[in-house]
Amino acid sequence: MLSYIIRRSLYIVPIIFGVMLVTFLLFNIVRGDITDQIAGKAASAETRAEIRKEFGLDKPLFFNDEYSPFTTAFWDSQFFNHLKSAITFDFGYSYNDRELIWDKIKRGAGPSLALTVPMLIGTIVISISLSLVAAYFRGKWFDYAIVLLSITGMSLPFLSFILFGQYFLAFKWGLFPVYFWPDLSVWQYTALPALIGIAAGIGGNLRFYRTVMLDELGNDYVRTAYAKGLSPQRVLFKHVLKNAMIPIVTQIILAIPFLFLGSLLLERFFGIPGLGYLMIGAIGSRDDKIINAMVYISAILFVIFNLITDICYAMVDPRVKFD
Amino acid sequence: MTDLSRTIENTHKPVKGRSLWTDGIRRLRKKKLVMICFWIIMFYVFIAGYVQIAEWTGSNWPANWDESTGQKYESPNSQNIFGTDIFGYSILRKVLYSTKISLKVAFFASILSIVIGVPMGAAAGYFGGFIDEVVVWIYSTLSSIPYILLILAFALVLKDKTIFGCKLAGATTVYLAIGLTSWVGICRLIRGEIIKRKESEYILAARAMGCSGGRIIFKHLLPNTFHIVIISFSLRFMSFIHAEVILSFLGLGEKNKPSWGAMIDSARLDLPKGYWWEMAAATMAIFFISLALNIFGDALRDCLDPKLKTD
Repeated sequence: MLSYIIRRSLYIVPIIFGVMLVTFLLFNIVRGDITDQIAGKAASAETRAEIRKEFGLDKPLFFNDEYSPFTTAFWDSQFFNHLKSAITFDFGYSYNDRELIWDKIKRGAGPSLALTVPMLIGTIVISISLSLVAAYFRGKWFDYAIVLLSITGMSLPFLSFILFGQYFLAFKWGLFPVYFWPDLSVWQYTALPALIGIAAGIGGNLRFYRTVMLDELGNDYVRTAYAKGLSPQRVLFKHVLKNAMIPIVTQIILAIPFLFLGSLLLERFFGIPGLGYLMIGAIGSRDDKIINAMVYISAILFVIFNLITDICYAMVDPRVKFD
Repeated sequence: MTDLSRTIENTHKPVKGRSLWTDGIRRLRKKKLVMICFWIIMFYVFIAGYVQIAEWTGSNWPANWDESTGQKYESPNSQNIFGTDIFGYSILRKVLYSTKISLKVAFFASILSIVIGVPMGAAAGYFGGFIDEVVVWIYSTLSSIPYILLILAFALVLKDKTIFGCKLAGATTVYLAIGLTSWVGICRLIRGEIIKRKESEYILAARAMGCSGGRIIFKHLLPNTFHIVIISFSLRFMSFIHAEVILSFLGLGEKNKPSWGAMIDSARLDLPKGYWWEMAAATMAIFFISLALNIFGDALRDCLDPKLKTD
């Protein structure tokens, strides 16, 4: 068991190294020289050189051949600085306003979580309860209505949910504030985006949980429970739900890293100053360093939560083999 | 006794077997809803093809979407059945033209992801060992980055880049970004399937006959796993359309031509003024093809390989 946990934890090292490589490949090699975009097209050669120097873009890509490999100067290249900044979580300054990226991320995490946590809880509670009801009435009209609802929800574009929701609920009927305002309380400005997020997310989740429930219903223990004379409600809520907990909990734990990402589109439309808003701004102003930091942080979170699920599996489910 | 003699008689007639595909298509054709969805998809493909041909031959309608057909912001009427936008362009023409762009992007993205994912998955599954470890490492790395962020990073970096003398712009960036990031799913499926099948007898027989690894993969294993490619193609197509919408909306996609995402983007500012028709038309266009693809893809999977886990 312990050796499994250690082995499984060591496995994240190559993955994290891979993520560093991907970000390096994208932002340092494919992207090329972007001083034009930072300084503007009219900037003089000196300004550009200064900027290059400031962000370390004048250094060689991999190795500094002019020095011997035993000096630190040899390793002072873009690649090794990239690795260093990733390992120490020091992402430096933003290209545009020279603010520490880490400060920006810390500032954005709060509003993002205030939006995404209620969204996740709402989506899960609603879709699990509806999927249980659908499994109870499987093959009847209620089940078909649930399936139709979920497929419709999945087929509508997310942007339409947001735009029509914002237009009707906030703008036309005035039930919610249309846009973020610093005087508003957290509940006021996250209520509508969270509702829209729940409405848009229910489709896919509902379908997933319904499949999980129906898969469980086909098992032998369900037949045994019925044969013992248990009522359908008891079978469903006591036995099926308990066994369905494994995929459900996996799904929930793996959704947690995405909470920190915020919601790109919802935050953009409702002006919530979270991480999604930060990223949209970075895309607009081509601030690669922010995107780089966000890709790296979210990948790390994902890998860690994946590790946690696997270890939980191994602890909870005796059928998991350790090899 | 009579039963037995009939059985014996029957064995003399040559019994024509049904292949996986004929059997699957036979079952599909019995479902009315699925067939309706199939014809909806074909209708979209026809529109996309028609617009492309009209563009090539220089014919006017509906490739001339940038021609005003009325006043600005006309609500839906007999002249312009979906109304007009801020420049007086017909929304109907824009929707039809967008169909071409969006389907083209989703199609090329699918092809790209198949071209990358299938050979890599097949090689990893068949050869195992070091190749397998490298492929698994690459796709685990890519799948540990949240999908939308990965696509955004690729699209951001590839935008306005010149690679091999071609300038990447507009739709090309979008399908490169989607294709280069979404081969992971199909690669994983194919790898699993090949690992399952490479121990079977016909592969042993092929190996005994002295077939090379490449021949076994391309001639024997891949044709037997091809239905997985088709199922995954039909199920992923919808997510590619939605990804194109989001990328175009964020300004990383087609700029000068309408696509569904670009239409939603331009309708965004019109909506508060009460001009809802452009938004509604784009939404409906996306909705119907997604719905049809969803139902059709699920039915295809149920008919060809019900145990396949595609999520």
